[in-house]
Amino acid sequence: MSTYIAPIRDMQFILNEVAGLEEVCALPGNEECSVELVESILEEAAKFATGVLDPINRAGDSTGSVCKDGVVTTAPGFKEAYKLFVETGWNSMPFSPEFGGQGMPAVVSMAVNEMWKSANMAFGLCPMLTGGAIEAIAHHASDELKQKYLHKMVEGTWSGTMNLTEPSAGSDLAAICTKAKAVGDGSYLVSGTKIFITWGENDCAENIIHLVLARLPDAPPGLKGISLFIVPKFLVNDDGSLGARNDLICASIEHKMGIHGSPTAVMSFGENAGAIGYLVGDENKGIGYMFTMMNHARVNVGLEGVGIAERSYQHALWYARERVQGAPIGDKSGIKKPILHHPDVRRMLMDMKSRTEAMRTLAYYAAANIDRAHAGDAAAQARVDLLTPVVKGWSTEQGVELTSTGVQVFGGVGFIEETGACQYYRDSRITTIYEGTTGIQANDLIGRKLAREKVPGAAMKTLIAEMTADAESFAGNAQLAGIAVNLKNGINSLSTAAEWLLANYDSKPQAAAAGSVPFLKLTGIVVGGWLMAKSAAIAVKHIAAGTTDDFYTAKLATATYFAAHQLPFAAAYSAEITGGSESVFALPENLF
Amino acid sequence: MKILVPVKRVVDYNVKVRVKADGSGIDLANVKMSMNPFDEIAIEEAVRLKEAGIATEVIAVSCGVTACQETLRTAMAIGADRGILVETDVELQPLAVAKLLQALCAKEQPQLVICGKQAIDDDANQTGQMLAALQNWPQATFASKVLIANGKASVTREIDGGLETLEISLPAVVSTDLRLNEPRYATLPNIMKAKKKPLDTVKPADLGVDVTPRLTTLKVSEPPKRSAGIKVADVAELVNKLKNEAKVI
Repeated sequence: MSTYIAPIRDMQFILNEVAGLEEVCALPGNEECSVELVESILEEAAKFATGVLDPINRAGDSTGSVCKDGVVTTAPGFKEAYKLFVETGWNSMPFSPEFGGQGMPAVVSMAVNEMWKSANMAFGLCPMLTGGAIEAIAHHASDELKQKYLHKMVEGTWSGTMNLTEPSAGSDLAAICTKAKAVGDGSYLVSGTKIFITWGENDCAENIIHLVLARLPDAPPGLKGISLFIVPKFLVNDDGSLGARNDLICASIEHKMGIHGSPTAVMSFGENAGAIGYLVGDENKGIGYMFTMMNHARVNVGLEGVGIAERSYQHALWYARERVQGAPIGDKSGIKKPILHHPDVRRMLMDMKSRTEAMRTLAYYAAANIDRAHAGDAAAQARVDLLTPVVKGWSTEQGVELTSTGVQVFGGVGFIEETGACQYYRDSRITTIYEGTTGIQANDLIGRKLAREKVPGAAMKTLIAEMTADAESFAGNAQLAGIAVNLKNGINSLSTAAEWLLANYDSKPQAAAAGSVPFLKLTGIVVGGWLMAKSAAIAVKHIAAGTTDDFYTAKLATATYFAAHQLPFAAAYSAEITGGSESVFALPENLF
Repeated sequence: MKILVPVKRVVDYNVKVRVKADGSGIDLANVKMSMNPFDEIAIEEAVRLKEAGIATEVIAVSCGVTACQETLRTAMAIGADRGILVETDVELQPLAVAKLLQALCAKEQPQLVICGKQAIDDDANQTGQMLAALQNWPQATFASKVLIANGKASVTREIDGGLETLEISLPAVVSTDLRLNEPRYATLPNIMKAKKKPLDTVKPADLGVDVTPRLTTLKVSEPPKRSAGIKVADVAELVNKLKNEAKVI
C-alpha cells in the first residue's frame, strides 16, 4: 500500500508564488500569520495526516460507521483520531480568536484541509460541517447564542451539522416542511424528519449542534418562509455544562457507495414533546443564512475533489513504479519494466498530476481571494462569487474522472477492493452531488454569477480581460509560447460561450440551462489553464535564473501538458454550448 | 534542572536517498529534510520531564546550516523552551559536534543532556559518548526508560541479552532508543508559540571550537543490488550452501 505524503512543495509554491500568501498575511487581522509559520504548520499538519488519518482510512471504508438504537459507533480508530485532532488544535485553525480560534487565513486552511481530505475524506467531513455551522452562527446568531455554542464548536469538542434535506426537499429547498413553533420563552419546538445529515450522529463529539431549517406556523410559502434553528443534541445549561438529552434521534444511517467512515444520518426531531431549538437571526431568513454555510461548504467540497484526486494519484504512482509488465513499446532492449514506462500509463499519471495541480491552484487562488474579500476588497469578492461554483463543480467532476483513472492505472487489480484504488473512486462519487449537484452549481454560475449579475457578465469579463493580458505577455517567451497559444484559444472559446449565454439567457432559458454544465467545465479548464500558465511563467523565471530546484522543471512540464491536453477541450465545450443546447430537447418526452 | 537536547537536521526518513554521480556523498539538493527521529524522542523525553516538574527548562541545540532553524522550531513546537543554533556551513563530524556541545554545557550548565543514540543519515552513534568523555560525565546509552530522582538517573537500556538498568549521577548524558517514548503531534497553538520563542545563533568560533573535519570521505556507493533467491531442498543443502557458497558459517 502507498502512504499519503502531503505535496508540501506544490502547496508552498502555490501559496507563496501564485496565491500571494505574504500579501494575505499583511492584511489586517492576519498579523499572526507569516510565510515561515505556514511552513511549520504545513509540516506538522502533514505529520498528522500521514500518521493519524491515513492509517485509519481503510477501516473507515471496510468497517464504516454502525448505528444501533439511535447510537452511532464510528469506524475503528476514528474516535481516538478525533480526540487527538481536537487536542492538537487543528479544528480551531480558521476561526476567530474571540471564540478560541487561531485566526489563520482561509488560504492556509485550504492547504491544511486538503491534507485531511486526501488522507481521510470521510473523517474530514466532520470538521468541515462543524466549520460551516460555526460560520452560520458567527455571522447570524445573537451574541448570547454565539457565546453559548461557539467556544466548544471551535475547539471541536462539539461538532456541528447542517440539516436541510428532507425526503421531498432535496435540491428544492422551498419544499421543506419541518415545523417549528414558538414556546413563549424565546425557544421553539422543532419537529420533522431530515435526511442525509453528514455526521448527524457520532461518538466522537460530546455534543452535536444541529442547524435545522424549518417553517414557523404563519410563515409564507416557499423559500421566504424558512427559518434557521440551533437544535443541540444535549441541551446546554447556562454555565455551559450539558443538560438533558433533546428530543431528537438518529433513526438510521445510510448504506452508501463511499465515505463509509462518515455516518450519514436520518434525523428525527420531536417524536415526543418536540425538540427544543433556538432561532438564528430573524424569522423566515433561514435560507440566506444557510447560504453562509453553503458557500463555505461548496469551496470545501471542491477541495475534496483536489484531495481525493491527489491521494488516488499517489496510490497509482506507487503501483506504477512497482508493477513490472512487458517491455515498453519502442524499447529495443526487450527488458520488462515498471508500467510507469508504458506510454499510456505515463499519460494517465501526467493527466492526474497536472489536472490535480490545476485544481489545487484554483482552490488556493479562490481562498486567497476570500481573505482579500474579508479585508474589504470588492473585486476579490466578485472573483470569489464567480469562482465558487467552478471550484465546487469543476474540481469534483474532475475528482471523479481522475480517481477513475487511478483505478485504471492498476488494471485488473484496481477493480479488486484489496488494492484500495476503488475506495478513492467510490469516495469521490458523492462530491459532485452533495452541497448542490454539478447542475445546481452550473445553474448558479450562468445565472446569479453571469446573466443575472447587477451588470450582467461583469465579473466574467473582468476575469477574461485579466487572463487575456497574461496570455499576451506569455506569448513572447519561447518556453511559454505554446502554452500561450492554447490559452488564448481557450479564452476566446470561453468568451464566445459567455456572450452566447448572456444573449440567450432570457430568451431561451432552457437552452441556456442545458449548456450550463459544459460552461462550468469550460470555465474550469480555462481558469485552471490560466493559473497553470502563470505557474509556468514563474517556473521559467526561476529556471532562467539558474535554479537547481527541479520542482520548477516539473511545474513547467505539468503546465505544458495541461495546455496541450486540457485547454483544447475549451473549443469543444464552447461549440456544445452555442450549437448543441437546443438538441437536448430535440427528442420529445414520449420517445425516451 | 536544565536539560540540553541536541537535534540534527537530516534527510527525511521517507526519502529514498540517492548517491551523487561522482560518489562524493548523498545528493541533498532539494531533498526534504526533517528532525532526526531519535532526537525527536529526546525532545519528547525532556519535555515530559519538564511537564512532570522535574526539569525547569529544555534547551534545543542544532549545529549546522541556517536551515537548522526549522529543526529548532519543530523542537520548540513540541515543547522546548528555547533554541540555540550553532551556525556553520562546514561539514560537521561527531567530534566537532561533541566539542560544540561541550562549550554550550559550560555556558548553560545543564544537569542532563538527552540526545538521540544516532542520526539516521550517517548512523555514527558517537556524539553522545564523545560528549560524556569530554565532560567527564557518566553516560547511559540506548535508553528505553529514564527515571530521575535524588540527583541520579535510573536508565533502562536495551542490550542484546535483554534489558539492563544503570544508575548514574547527574550531570550526565543519556542517549535515546526507539522505544523510550512516542513523540507527540505538535499542537497548533504550540506551533504558533514556537515562532515567538527565543532562538540564539552563535558561530563555532564564538564558542572557541575548531570544527575542521578530521575524517575524509573516500567514496560513497549504493549497496550492491540484491540477487535473486533460491529454494533449497532441505536443511543439509542450506547448511552446505551457507558454509561453502556464502561462507558465513
